Amino acid sequence: MNFEELLTLAFRAIIGNKLRSFLTTLGITIGVFAIIVLVSIGSGLQSYITNQITSLGSNVIFVTPGGSGGLGALLSNKLSLQDWKNIQRKTISTAKSTPEIRQLDTLKYKNLKSKGAFVFGVSSSYPQVVATAKISEGSFFTAGQEQSGSNVVVIGQTVFVKLFKDQNAIGKRIFVGNKLYTIVGVFAKIGSFAGVDADNIAAIPVETASVQYGTTSVSRIDIAANNPDLLPIVLRQINQTLLKKLTSDDYSIQTADSLSSTISSITGMLSLALGGIAAISLLVGGIGVANIMLVSVTERTKEIGLRKALGAKRNDILKQFLIEAVMLSVTGGVVGIILGMGVSIIIAILLVSTVTPWSVILAFGFSVAIGVIFGMAPAIRASKLSPIDALRYE
Amino acid sequence: MKTTDEIIRMTNITKVYSTGDVETVVLKDIDLVVKRGDFLGITGRSGSGKSTMMHILGLLDTPTKGEYILNGTDVSKLDEDEQAFQRNKEIGFVFQQFNLLPKLSALENVILPAIYAGMKNKERTEKADMLLTMLGLADHLHKRPNQMSGGQQQRVAIARALMNDPELILADEPTGNLDTKSGDDVMNTLKQLNKEGKTIVLITHEHDIAMQAKKLIQLEDGMLIHKEKQKVRV
Repeated sequence: MNFEELLTLAFRAIIGNKLRSFLTTLGITIGVFAIIVLVSIGSGLQSYITNQITSLGSNVIFVTPGGSGGLGALLSNKLSLQDWKNIQRKTISTAKSTPEIRQLDTLKYKNLKSKGAFVFGVSSSYPQVVATAKISEGSFFTAGQEQSGSNVVVIGQTVFVKLFKDQNAIGKRIFVGNKLYTIVGVFAKIGSFAGVDADNIAAIPVETASVQYGTTSVSRIDIAANNPDLLPIVLRQINQTLLKKLTSDDYSIQTADSLSSTISSITGMLSLALGGIAAISLLVGGIGVANIMLVSVTERTKEIGLRKALGAKRNDILKQFLIEAVMLSVTGGVVGIILGMGVSIIIAILLVSTVTPWSVILAFGFSVAIGVIFGMAPAIRASKLSPIDALRYE
Repeated sequence: MKTTDEIIRMTNITKVYSTGDVETVVLKDIDLVVKRGDFLGITGRSGSGKSTMMHILGLLDTPTKGEYILNGTDVSKLDEDEQAFQRNKEIGFVFQQFNLLPKLSALENVILPAIYAGMKNKERTEKADMLLTMLGLADHLHKRPNQMSGGQQQRVAIARALMNDPELILADEPTGNLDTKSGDDVMNTLKQLNKEGKTIVLITHEHDIAMQAKKLIQLEDGMLIHKEKQKVRV
C-alpha cells in the first residue's frame, strides 16, 4: 500500500466520523494554540524589555538601594541624596548623573487634574543621562534652578494633554501636590507598556522634591559614562565612593548589559513556564487521540480481520492506523497554529507578543510526535489481531 | 515448481488446540489432494473441524503438524506476513457473511485485494469494473453494501475473490445467509467459474448445496471420510 493510498484511507476514516474526529482534534488544537500564544506573549515581553533597556544606552549604570535580590531596600533605604552628590563629585570628569526621588502625586491646572502621575525629583543632567527623556517643547530646568530649589517642572505628554489640550503650557503655573510650579518644558512622547503610562510624569529639581516630600532617600541613581570605554572606571569610582559610607549589601549596581541579561533570563523562564503549562494541555490532547484510536481499532476489528484475510500485512494495518492518528493530531495542530498566530498578531497590536518561528515549528513537531506516540499503541494492537478472531468479532 | 496438476496437497495435517493443560485435537492426520479444476465440497456437522479445515486451507491458521503444499509452495510453516502474501496471491475468499466493508462502494470493496497486491490505481479500477459487470452488477458499482440485496452483496464478494486472479476460490458457507433463489444464483456462478478453470473448495453443512460439488468429502471428529460421489453434473 503506498503512501497516497494510506492518506486517502485515513482521510476517509476521519471524515466518516466527523463529530468524533472534530472533538479529538480540538484537544490538540487547544494545546498547540496555547503553546503558540503563550510563548508569543513571553517572547514579546522579552524583546520589548530588552529593547527598552538597550535604548538606554550601553554606557548607563543604575545604582539601586539594597543588595542584589534582598528585601532590604523595602525595609530601609540607605541610599541618600548625599551619596549621589559624592558620586557626582567623584565622577565629575568621567560621567553625568542624576538621582531619582519618586513620588505618586496629583497635578492640577485650574479645575483639570492628572491623578497618579509619577513625580521625579532629578538633577538638571537628567535628559543627558536617561535616553528616553527627550524635550519636545521648552527646555529642561537648569543647574541653577536645581541648586536654588526653584519650583519649576517639566511635564510628560499625558499630563500635557490632560491639563492643556493642545494649548501652550510653557510658563503656566500648575499644582504638583499642594505647591505651585512653573512649567519650563514638555517631554516628548515615550509610550505605554502593559497598561503603565510612561508619559504620565513630571520632573522637578531634586532639591525641591526633597523639601516637598520630606525625604533624602533616593529610589535610584542613574549614571551615564561620557563614553562606553569609561564604564569600568566609572563603576570603580562609584564603588569607591559608596563603600566609604555603605556596605555592599546596602546598594546594587546594574549596567544596561547586566540588566538586560537578568531580565532576559527572567522573561525566558517565564516563556518556558508558560510553554510548559501549554504543553500539558497538548499532552492531554494526545491522550484523547490515543483513546479515540483505541475505540476506532475496537470498532473496526472486523474490518482489520477482513483486510488481513485479503492480504494486508501487519505493517499495512499498523501504518493505516498510525497515519490516521497522525492525521488527526496534525490537523488539530495546523488549526491550532493558524488560530494561535492570528491571536498572537491581534495581541501584538494591543499589548506585546512576537510569534517566534521556533514555537510554530515546535508546535507542529509536537503534534506529529503526539500522533505517532499516542497512535502507536492502538496501531500495534490492531496489527497484532489474528485474522480469524477479528473476522469472527461482532 | 508448479508443473504438477495438484493445487492442494495436504499430508498428515493435524491441528491441536491447547487451553491450559487440556489438548483438543481438532484435525487428525488429514491427507487431501485437490487437482486443478476440481470442485470439492467439504461437509460436516458443527464441531467436526470444518472451520479449522477452512482456516488452514485458507492460510488463516497454521497446522500443528503436517505438510501443506499450495500451488507448488510449502505453506505449512509460514509466518503471518508470508501467509498474508500467499493468501493475497493464491486464494479468493467467499464468506457466509459477505464481509464487505460497509463504508466502501461495491467497486472499492472489489479493489481491496489489488491494493495489497500493489496493482496500479487505473488498472485495478478497470479490472474491478469489468468483474462487477461480468457478474451483472454494472448498475451497482457505486452502491454501498447496505443498498444492495444479499445476493448482490455475495456477487460483489465473488468479484473481490477474483480480483487477483487466484486459481483457488475458497467458499465458506456462501449460501448460508441467502434465500434459495439467491443461493442458487451464487452456486451457478461458482459452477460457471469452475467451468472456466477455477478450482473451487466449498465448505458447507447444507447437504443439497454440498451435493452440487463434483467431489465430496466429509469431516467427522477431525477425520476425513471420502464420500463416493461422482455426481452427474447438470
